[in-house]
Amino acid sequence: MELHILLIFMIFAAIVAIEVKDLLSSVIAVGAVGFALCLAFLILKAPDLAITQLVVEILCLIILIRATINKDLPLVIEGRWIFNTVSTLSFIAIFLLFAWLALKELPGFGEPIMAVVKKYLQEGVSKTGSVNIVTAVILDFRAYDTLGEATVLFTSVIGIMAILRRPGRKKRE
Amino acid sequence: MTLYFLCLMLFCVGLYGVLRKRNLVKIIVGLGIMEYAMNLFFVLLGYRFDGRAPIVARDQNILNMVDPLPQALVLTSIVIGLAVTALIISIAIRIYEKYGTFDITKIKKLKG
Amino acid sequence: MIDNPKTGMTLIVKTITRLTVGLILLFGIYIILHGHLSPGGGFAGGVIVALSFVHLMLAFGKDVAISKVSKNLASNLESIGALMFLSIALLGFLGGSFFLNILPKGTPFNLFSAGIIPLCNIAIGIKVGVGLFAIFLTLVIVEKSK
Repeated sequence: MELHILLIFMIFAAIVAIEVKDLLSSVIAVGAVGFALCLAFLILKAPDLAITQLVVEILCLIILIRATINKDLPLVIEGRWIFNTVSTLSFIAIFLLFAWLALKELPGFGEPIMAVVKKYLQEGVSKTGSVNIVTAVILDFRAYDTLGEATVLFTSVIGIMAILRRPGRKKRE
Repeated sequence: MTLYFLCLMLFCVGLYGVLRKRNLVKIIVGLGIMEYAMNLFFVLLGYRFDGRAPIVARDQNILNMVDPLPQALVLTSIVIGLAVTALIISIAIRIYEKYGTFDITKIKKLKG
Repeated sequence: MIDNPKTGMTLIVKTITRLTVGLILLFGIYIILHGHLSPGGGFAGGVIVALSFVHLMLAFGKDVAISKVSKNLASNLESIGALMFLSIALLGFLGGSFFLNILPKGTPFNLFSAGIIPLCNIAIGIKVGVGLFAIFLTLVIVEKSK
């Protein structure tokens, strides 16, 4: 019941974030969506994810505000606006119709099948010695994925340093 | 069942933002909303009624936990989402310095 | 720390920051070290450590933060963190295969248990924390030198 209320709040905040004209207001609305997502993770019994989502959301807000401060843009409606909007909305309606038909095949909410995880749960503490099962999965059973994620973070730091560099050249006399 | 459908509606709001907006920052905001919706969908798949958080305690039943495997995958996805957002924001800052605007219909010139 | 009234924020913000920056750093280190006992782990703890440095820079201005962690130090520390994680993975070859858990497991619920997992958490915490602060340094230096 609480999850339904949280999801409807998130949809309203997302619509506000997309439609409002001021850039700073839309960034703050995206922050509201992120904090509501952290609450949803807590209700779904996932404390690891709630801590990570909260601090990552704060850092993402700081970076977004740095990019949009003092930079605004007036709204201009040019021709063929009605045709574009109607075609986009009809595409989204067809997508949601097929999604409704496909979601009936999933197992119902609250009764997962858990065929793969039974082995991780039964042997997790005895094979790894760690009490937190999520840490045991990401650092012992599936440590290769964590290595890939460390590589992606490293690549992104190198990429930002390469894009925002001020090249200095020494003049040769 | 309605929870899955509401999650996909949040995804569609983000998709509308990416397709129809002309301001570059609005496109980035729509991309972020799509990432949040997909992370939530993954964690919704693994919930169990009357389950416990996946941390072992000394005196509790061990087979009563929620599914920890989608939580491990989503933990990776949240941090990668932050890295992609930071990179795309730095590209947007560079575009603003070069062209003076965030409007995507005015930055079509491919100069050398 | 210097109290130059021209850079950074007002006096109230600077006083509160002097009290809380050390506490935030300590909390981040606690979450990294207890990753195998309670929720958290390397990624969340690393981001909290990065947030403490960002807090210092936002309140006191760019120069004080750069004197604590310069750009070269941040870049070197991040590479050291990544190499530490990779060398812990290669140590598993001593036991038989890549990424094998070779240190003794110990009893559960202790701090020094679970083999490789605390060392991996420390390596990832250093890498993520310093790397995200390096991203923020790059964004700020672009603005000031224009």
